Amino acid sequence: MKLLRERTEKQRLGESLIIQTSVRLMVPFVQLFGLYVIVHGHYSPGGGFQGGVILGSSFVMLALAFDQKSSLRLMSERANAILGNTGAIIFVGVGALCAICGGLFLDYSALDVLIPLGPVEWRSFGIFLVEVGVGLAVMSIMVSLFWDLGSAGKMDEGL
Amino acid sequence: MTIVVSIFILGGLFFFAIGVLGILRFPDFYSRLHAAGKSDSLAAVLVIAGVALYNLQDLSLDNLLVSLKIMLIAVFIYVASPTATHALTKTALILGFEPWEKGNKRR
Repeated sequence: MKLLRERTEKQRLGESLIIQTSVRLMVPFVQLFGLYVIVHGHYSPGGGFQGGVILGSSFVMLALAFDQKSSLRLMSERANAILGNTGAIIFVGVGALCAICGGLFLDYSALDVLIPLGPVEWRSFGIFLVEVGVGLAVMSIMVSLFWDLGSAGKMDEGL
Repeated sequence: MTIVVSIFILGGLFFFAIGVLGILRFPDFYSRLHAAGKSDSLAAVLVIAGVALYNLQDLSLDNLLVSLKIMLIAVFIYVASPTATHALTKTALILGFEPWEKGNKRR
């Protein structure tokens, strides 16, 4: 038991090989499932928030199994902030565009003035647009919360 | 078809029951984790296979797709559950939980 502890302390990068391999195997499928949940949000259970949490948790898994630096290499802090702000702008922009086109805030059927698809089609498509925005914003907030709390704001070593 | 589905799901429930019995009755952390991991891998996959077969009762492309998605959950469990068990056991060993030996008190 003492030997195992020494070996773990000597090992520099994160957890054991088994965990790293299976995380490397699972992360692409987790991200694919997150996108599926976001895109299918208006037909089936799920939606922007849940899909964003799944997408963010894939990066949290990488940071837990390897270390924070390798997670930051795959998704830089700058790209993360840009994606999150883009999501918020998409959400508010779609809502404001509806108000500008003559409806209420987030009343998607008003967007029929811009591209005539019919109000029913626009209600379905507008929810999709808003959910993409929500998903991006939630993913960015999840990942940056974990990075900041896990390294006490220093962004170096992590847990 | 219903009989096959019943056999799958009842078999899964049987192994789940044995796993729960093991979690409640085994003496220490490692053996309890052993019982939990076993019921996770075999019983969950049996129940999932039963549900996927039940969904295939009237065969069409939509139902086939849904069954395929259900079986993907089983594949995911097969990868994720042993890894989680491994991580828990290793953490417990590093934190210094002594394994139970014959004659020790139950914990």
